Amino acid sequence: MATSAISHADQVPSDHAEKRGLWSWITTVDHKRIGILYGATAFIFFLMGGIEALLIRWQLARPENTFLSPELYNELFTMHGTTMIFLAVMPLSAAFFNYFIPLQLGARDVAFPRLNAFSYWVFLLGGLWLNISFLFNAAPNAGWFGYANLTTNQFSPGLNIDFWMIGLQILGVASLAAAVNFFTTVVNLRAKGMKFMRMPMFTWMSFITQVLLLLAFPVITVALILLMFDRFFGTHFYIPASGGDPILWQHLFWIFGHPEVYILILPAFGVVSEVLPVFSRKPLFGYAAMVFSGIFIAFLGFGVWAHHMFATGMGPIADTAFSLTTMLIAIPTGVKIFNWLGTMAGGSLQMKTPLLFSIGFIAMFIIGGLSGVMHASPPADLQQTDSYFIVAHFHYVLFGGSIFALTSGAYYWWPKMFGRMLDEKIGKVHFWLMLIAFNLTFFPMHFVGLHGMPRRVYTYPAGLGFETMNMLETVGALLLALSQAIFIWNIIKAWRGPRNAPADPWNGATLEWAIPSPPQEFNFAVEPEVHSRDPLWEQKRQQGPLPEPERVGGQGIHLPNPSFWPLLTATGVAGIFISMMMIQFLGWWFVVAMVLWFLFSVYNWIFEPA
Amino acid sequence: MALWTRVACRFRRWVPAVLIPLATAACIGTSTQYPQSTLHPKSDFTRLIDGVLMNTVWAAIVVFILVEGALVWVVFRYRGKPNDPEPRQVHGNTTLEIIWTAIPALLLAIISVPTVKAIFQTYEVPKDALTVEVIGHQWWWEFRYPEYGVRTADEMHVPVGKMVLLKMKTEDVLHSFWSPEFAGKRDLFPNRTNTLWFTADTTGYFSGQCAEFCGTQHGRMGFEIKSTSPEEFDAYIKGLQATAPKAAADSAATAPSAGEPTRVSTLAAATRQLDPAEQAAVDSGAKIFRMCSACHSLDATTTANMIGPNLANIASRRYLAARTLRNTPENLASWIYDPQAIKHGVIMPKLGLTHEQATMVAKYLQTHR
Repeated sequence: MATSAISHADQVPSDHAEKRGLWSWITTVDHKRIGILYGATAFIFFLMGGIEALLIRWQLARPENTFLSPELYNELFTMHGTTMIFLAVMPLSAAFFNYFIPLQLGARDVAFPRLNAFSYWVFLLGGLWLNISFLFNAAPNAGWFGYANLTTNQFSPGLNIDFWMIGLQILGVASLAAAVNFFTTVVNLRAKGMKFMRMPMFTWMSFITQVLLLLAFPVITVALILLMFDRFFGTHFYIPASGGDPILWQHLFWIFGHPEVYILILPAFGVVSEVLPVFSRKPLFGYAAMVFSGIFIAFLGFGVWAHHMFATGMGPIADTAFSLTTMLIAIPTGVKIFNWLGTMAGGSLQMKTPLLFSIGFIAMFIIGGLSGVMHASPPADLQQTDSYFIVAHFHYVLFGGSIFALTSGAYYWWPKMFGRMLDEKIGKVHFWLMLIAFNLTFFPMHFVGLHGMPRRVYTYPAGLGFETMNMLETVGALLLALSQAIFIWNIIKAWRGPRNAPADPWNGATLEWAIPSPPQEFNFAVEPEVHSRDPLWEQKRQQGPLPEPERVGGQGIHLPNPSFWPLLTATGVAGIFISMMMIQFLGWWFVVAMVLWFLFSVYNWIFEPA
Repeated sequence: MALWTRVACRFRRWVPAVLIPLATAACIGTSTQYPQSTLHPKSDFTRLIDGVLMNTVWAAIVVFILVEGALVWVVFRYRGKPNDPEPRQVHGNTTLEIIWTAIPALLLAIISVPTVKAIFQTYEVPKDALTVEVIGHQWWWEFRYPEYGVRTADEMHVPVGKMVLLKMKTEDVLHSFWSPEFAGKRDLFPNRTNTLWFTADTTGYFSGQCAEFCGTQHGRMGFEIKSTSPEEFDAYIKGLQATAPKAAADSAATAPSAGEPTRVSTLAAATRQLDPAEQAAVDSGAKIFRMCSACHSLDATTTANMIGPNLANIASRRYLAARTLRNTPENLASWIYDPQAIKHGVIMPKLGLTHEQATMVAKYLQTHR
């Protein structure tokens, strides 16, 4: 029985009472609180990336506009891309991994709770370091994929690229540590009876994402280390005049960069695969096909990187190979879309905000997928790559895809995380405005791109026919900002309201809905056991509606102690990278000091009783 | 029901049928509305690309209508109420799943055949073509005609109906040559030569620009291709070749050892009679230009690799500074006066000339057609 034993637990208040205060957040190792930290931080970065986007759109609203200088424009589009990918979408997914993988598995925490806190702090420091660059008037300015040889000292002498490269290295440590953690969690901490083929689809897709992270991030790390050596220590990996090769960067970057795309979208697939069955009141259609198509997508994701490089002239054999593997990915992706349709067909659709966002996700992702098939063809890509058509495409999959799905997840899981429901009416306004504004912003980009507008240009001349569509896009972007303001209003309204969400507001199927909203620190008073894919539905079918679970004392449940060593170790890791960047100003002693500080923190971490 | 609503209802189904083609036509537009468009190919190469793309576009439109249609239908058909009985708990359907795996696979297989064929065609290096070497610079384009021993900047002339082979390389960072009407796009690397080919089938000016982010002024790295009749093209090449003696004469006349110059722009003056005041301004401009010749050559046949664009036929080009400004005497003078104010970050510094001096240099350059 999933969780019926909760009521037998002790009622006496205990040391598992809800903790408060700043210090409790700094030292927390609770996966739920770390999830909230990830979510809040990522949402702030998301808003910053959004403001950058608005400035970009304002500049492009009219031809020959002088609102932004070219230098600032280049910094803004670089930081917009870097922020949205590394500081918004990835950590928003990580917020859900943190909060819901253990809950869906029926576990009390992740496998390595202190490592989890460490990941968050490293992520925060990396994100801050990237953005502090603005204060030095040296924000990164070579685009989010920073192609060599523009990034060499000769062509980018300032600190801009250093901030980018060091910031990404720091973030990479956070991602890798988190990936090890969640991978281990899924392998080892599944509830009794939860075989792999009984895992909830969100956890499945997140699990695949961890594998992608583990395999893809080492490659960008290597690429960045080579760049770091070129910039700091005078090597020539990417410098053609000395026998290096700038195309090496492109291969390394995209071997990371394409799996990265799936790192951004697979968790979204997972969220949608949770929401659709619950609001259709019907199990996921083709569970096994969904699992294996996810694995297949991830596997193929490592074999398509050079489709970002069709214009580099790799030759007909390489072009053909990468074109065909890329087209192949459309098949498992199609399977997913059809299975989602199959899930809804024959169901009884409850038109709540989470479902609306998931439907919006499917509708937009189809468009992004189809434009993707168009430039899977190298000849067609010779016109489309690096144009606004590509900008349209990846916003359809990343915003229309990931962000719509993550917003769906936010509405779905908000009551569980905060014990408060988000308002349905405001939610629906939010959805419709976001859907319309999104299409107004990004649909014309397909055409403005096909009509010859390259991406990353800080202005364009009048007379090329770009004016009307750019103006429409800017209006759309402003409306999109308004839709986010409505979301924030909804959050504030819920925040001020009472904590009155039931444990299971949507008639959920998975274990997180069996425990109080928000869950207690130990999650499950009694470790659950599962016998099917939708354990809660099965239980409700057998026992009728479940009573609201009570909050219990949870005596005798061992949880890891709070610790500030993860934070201090994180400052050591970030410090080592930052000190490398500062060698020219501070010399080697600072590097040595940071390494010692890191070792000191790790030592204390190891010998602190957990 | 009012008459108009009945009429509206009756014709409602026709609205999309009328609106969709209209909207599509409006978006595709004409080449006058969209003079830098990939949707109005003007060469064999871009028509080849367009053919491949259009196969996919039509397939995509069909898939889009079917799948989005299915989505909308499912959403409306299965809308439920909270108190509805639990729907039938279906877990999957193997036949269906095999069908919707196989159909996309088949569709992609069909699309991939013309794609692969076109890939190999795009890489065929044509024989008996006019070679143009394209060299990318931050932030301007150099075009060389090795068969004729001449070079120019930012404006490439090609004869209509003749196969052109572009051999491309960069002097500094990566760039991407993008001519939407003629040649599509190809990246420029410092350590390898990339090629594109095309045969223009229309005469006129067609614009293009750099498509790979290449630093501060990536947005101002445009060029034009002028496609002309073969006769005009021959005249163009002859004109470029004829800049050599003129540049040599000017250089000799303004040399410090030559004393006070009398008439420098001998060739220019021969083609266009200038009044004495104008001629004096041109002569002073020529003298000042000696400073500029550290980076710019007025000789299209030079083999020296200069830092700045070749200016041998500057007065006949439509634009200045990689399609940043229209080429007017006033614009040319303001550019010479302070290029940083117009295109911040370019290698050319503000030279410290007065407005009058800049105007004189501009007048001198105006004689170089």
